[in-house]
This record gives sequence, C-alpha cells and structure tokens, in this order.
Amino acid sequence: MSKGRFGIHGGQYIPETLMNAVNELEEAYNRYKDDPEFKRELKDLFNNYANRPSLLYYAENMTKDLGGARIYLKREDLNHTGAHKINNCIGQCLLAKKMGKTRVIAETGAGQHGVATATIAALMGLECEVFMGRKDCERQALNVYRMKLLGAKVHPVDSGTATLKDAVSETMREWTNRIEDTHYVLGSVMGPHPFPTIVRDFQAVISEEIREQILEVEGRLPNAVIACVGGGSNAIGTFYHFIPDKEVKLIGCEAAGRGIDTNETAATVNTGSLGIFHGMKSYFCQDKYGQIAPVYSISAGLDYPGVGPEHANLYDLGRAEYVPVTDDEAVEAFEYLSRIEGIIPAIESAHAIAYAKKLAPTMGKDEIMVVTVSGRGDKDVAAIARYRGEKIYD
Amino acid sequence: MTNRIKEAFLKNANKKAFIPFITSGDPSLEVTEQLVYEMEKAGADIIELGIPFSDPTAEGPVIQEANIRALSKGITTDDIFEMVERIRKNSQIPLVFMTYANVVYHYGTEVFLKKCRELSVDGIILPDVPYEEKEEFAEVCRENDVAFISLIAPTSHDRIKMIAREAAGFVYCVSSLGVTGTRSEITTDIGAMVKLVKEANSEVPCAVGFGISNAASAASMAEKSDGAIVGSAIVKLCAAHGENCIGPVSEFVKELADAVHSA
Repeated sequence: MSKGRFGIHGGQYIPETLMNAVNELEEAYNRYKDDPEFKRELKDLFNNYANRPSLLYYAENMTKDLGGARIYLKREDLNHTGAHKINNCIGQCLLAKKMGKTRVIAETGAGQHGVATATIAALMGLECEVFMGRKDCERQALNVYRMKLLGAKVHPVDSGTATLKDAVSETMREWTNRIEDTHYVLGSVMGPHPFPTIVRDFQAVISEEIREQILEVEGRLPNAVIACVGGGSNAIGTFYHFIPDKEVKLIGCEAAGRGIDTNETAATVNTGSLGIFHGMKSYFCQDKYGQIAPVYSISAGLDYPGVGPEHANLYDLGRAEYVPVTDDEAVEAFEYLSRIEGIIPAIESAHAIAYAKKLAPTMGKDEIMVVTVSGRGDKDVAAIARYRGEKIYD
Repeated sequence: MTNRIKEAFLKNANKKAFIPFITSGDPSLEVTEQLVYEMEKAGADIIELGIPFSDPTAEGPVIQEANIRALSKGITTDDIFEMVERIRKNSQIPLVFMTYANVVYHYGTEVFLKKCRELSVDGIILPDVPYEEKEEFAEVCRENDVAFISLIAPTSHDRIKMIAREAAGFVYCVSSLGVTGTRSEITTDIGAMVKLVKEANSEVPCAVGFGISNAASAASMAEKSDGAIVGSAIVKLCAAHGENCIGPVSEFVKELADAVHSA
C-alpha cells in the first residue's frame, strides 16, 4: 500500500507531473513540523495575527432552551477572516515560504479559504491566485471582491458544474502547469498525501484548545463533539485530539441539500460510494460508472462530492458518525443561533448547530456537547434573506 | 496482447509509431468506430480510445469538452465495450484505453480488465495513477495480459529510471508541464528523458505526447523518441466537424502518420 493511507483510504492518485512536488512537500513538512523555530512562528501567527486561541463559549440560552446537554460553542468564527480556514493557510503559507515558493494558488467554494489564503499571502508577500467556480463567484460576490482587495487574482472556473469540485480540478491543472515557484494551498483534509495529514495537523489546534478549555471549566471531557463536514477540515480539527477517547462521540454533519433521498444532495458518506478522485481514495457521490455526480447544497462550502480520507476511515471504523442535515434545517438553525445567542453562524456551521439542536434534548443535563462554529455568517446573510423571499443582494 | 504494442513500433522501416487519440462517443460511438477503421487505413499504428470521465483533471479544455459532449449523450463504459466488440470483428489494430482511475476502479478493476482481455484491448493509460499507486491496477493488468502504460513527465527527473524499469507496453513521455492541449512549441529536452528511459529499460518503446499540434512537431518528437501521440489537435476536428469529421480526421492522421514514419 502506498503512502498516506487511512485504512484503505487516501493515497496519491495524481499525475506523474505532480509527484515530485508532493514528495518535496512531504519532505519539507517532515523537516519543519517539529522544528522549534517553525512551531514558534506558527504559534505566534496563530495567537497574534489570527486571534487564537478561539473562545469556548458556554451557550447558556441555547442550553436552557433545549433542556438537555450543556452546550459549548467553539468559536472559530472569531478568528481573523472569520473562519477556521486561516489555521491551515497560516501553516501552509509558512511552509511554502520555507520551501522558497513565491506564489500560492488555491481553490475556494464559499470563498472563505480563498480569502484566508489571499490574506496570508498578503501578509507574507506571496503572489496569490484563487480558482472559484463561476456559480460560487456569483453566490459569494463579496468574497470575490475581498480577495481582489487583498491583492489576489481570482479566476472564475466554467468547467464541469462550475462549483467547488471544478475549482479543485482547475487548481490541480494550474499546479501541473507551474510547479517550480508555486505551492498549492489545498483548503481541506483531502487531495493526495501529504495534504490530508498536513491540513489536519494545522487544524488540530481546534481540538487541542477544546480539550484544554473544557477541562478547565468542566473538569472533564465532553460527551459529544459536533462539526459540519464538506471536505472535513474543521471537523477533523474538532475531532482529532478526541479520537483516542472512545467515550467522546464524534459527529460530523453533512449537507443533505434537499434531502438524502433526492438527487440534490452533497451528503457523501450517507449517499456516496468508494471511489478514487482528486488524488485520494475515499467516498464520493457518483453514478454506477464512476462518473462524479453533480452535488447540491445551499452552502457553497459543503457543496463537494467527496470527503477527506481520514473521515472515510473514521466512518469505516465506526469511530465517528456522519449525519445528514437538510437546507431547511440549516437555515432554521442559522436563524435560531442568531436570535438565541446573538451569534450569526456561517451556513456551513449552521448544519452542525441544526444537529446539535436535535441531539441536545435527548442528552442528560449533566452531559456536555461541544459544537464548532467554523465560521461567521455575514457572507450568507443576503442568500438567507433571498431563501426567505426577501429581495436583498450583496 | 502486450506484444502487439511492441510489434506496432517495430513494423515500420524507421521503427517509429504514430498513435492518435480520440474520445469515444464524440460525436457518437458509430463515428468513433468508423474513425478507428479510417485512422488505421491512414497509417495509425496504435489507437488510444478515451473513455470519458466527468472530471478529467489531466486534460485541457479541448478534451474536457469532448468528455462532456460524450457523457451528455449518455455514453457509458459498457457502451464503449460493445463498440470495441464490433471493432474487433473488423480490425486488430492495437487499442489502448485512456481514462481515469475511478472509471476502472468503480466498474471493478478485475471485471474491467477481464473485459479488456476478452476484447483484445492491448493496454490502459490512467493519468491519475502514478508509480506509487500503480500495483493496484498493474497487477490485474498483468493477470489479463493488458499493458499498464506508465507516464513520465518533465518533472520526473530521478523517477524516470524507476518508472522505466517496470514499464509495460510503451512509456508515455509527457512533453510539457500542464495539461493536454496543443502548444506552439515544446521546450523540454525530450532526448534526455528518452535516454534515461533507455538506460533503465532498453526494450521499452517511448512515445511522446501532450502539445503536438502538427506534422512538423510530430516528426520532431518522433525523431527524438519512438513515436508521437496526438490527441487535442484531432479532437478539435471532431468538435468542429461533428458527424462529418471522418474525412478531415483521416486526412490529418495521414499527414501525421507519414511525418512520423519518415522521421
């Protein structure tokens, strides 16, 4: 079996043209990940630039309203640029600098990863180009402008379904075109090895902090941790340091779109099957001939037909469960958290909130759940207004 | 069947092969079948048949669009197998499938390759399966006497020897960085890449593809290697002429094949 496996998943299914690039990346990562100077720089940027550690907030109103488990929210929405994406971008751009790269490229769905990459590229003086499905450019026009403000060049992608998967394909194509000076800042725990491992390690700070914070306020580990899953980077970050603690339930919330019994869904674990795509073996939404299926979700960030290989393995092992959450449920949770806690979550994160709402009342009052709010919802306000029939445009 | 590929390289006076690529089902499977016969007549030595994939990450816009055109007509892997079955009643030209890992894997690697053996398909090319992942497919290929064709790229450097040593059929030498598509010039030192292949494996033929757009560049690539592969420039004609592409494609293939055979 090749490198970078999580059970049977993962691997390096990429064109030969890219093999030396991923090998070089793996070597560089192994050289720097335990290097004290690299770790110091990373921590400094996390704390003094990105606003880490992020708060673990006790959602008292929500807890009382639901009448079950004590609910804590991990506030990744309070990070600089408003989402967990910055953790990975800081790590990868720092690594790119060490490797002598002068240019970074990235895919983006909702635009959060693109904005985070453009931000760190601006900070570190790296040239930055972002690939974004044309439909997503339209859905998230403000983020497109934000990236331009930060000095990045945005390429709308027209191929395929003009959404996140096509943005990933196009960024991979661009990487094969220009490798020497360019690092691909992959935005999630997916793609060929070593990306799923590197991205997970940079996002694992989320569960490292949760562990410390919950032990400090509650003196014990949570009964469940919950996060939304597209490619799965905030979820693996939320799960990682709890994986050995079998008593902690790990729950990933997938975007079911209009429902897992319809064709308009992006719930990969619930509706997909084993396949090989975008550099990895994992679960994918596909037809019986292995053609990747068009997926749908109200959330551009979860609108992806695959899931990271480590999640696929956690599912196979029964260590984590993956539940589908529909558009309707997510929108309702988006509004709920806004009203009850005064926190407007990203529509992606609202998928996790929606499941937490269902689960909390079934748990005892002495039980604890932690829900990661992976991003803030400002970017989604206009779209949610339109969903509710109000004619607002950003 | 793996010997038929070797023979295809050796049968010409200058021991060079011309390999055209077309996407199966673009514009239709009937036309693809006719194109195989006509390209053989025009001098093709081996034919690469693309099995369309929804997300062909190694292709440029021309072949991406051909994939989408074929898939939008509902063409499936089984339809393509049936077409090859018809072809094999009329032609024994070496055929090589070019597709993506998931098309084979999801069909069932064993079932897919057994089918290839039954239909005398000579080889497969999976551009998203590098050396490190190849055994998963190459082992089943060997069991079914189908050549698992490996690619080398301008970035391969020290990897070339390792790849060449285990190469089956022929080595597909990727001429340039980036994805498939026509280019105005190829700047890679192809001669140096081919030399590394031959040092590691003097037996295996080495054909150059990616970016070859006309007879002159096909001849120049074939001069430095054992053959030339042309895809996008042919697929462009399929796109432009649709159902009427057989004439223009055979004419172009004849030009390319003649150039390669006199290189």
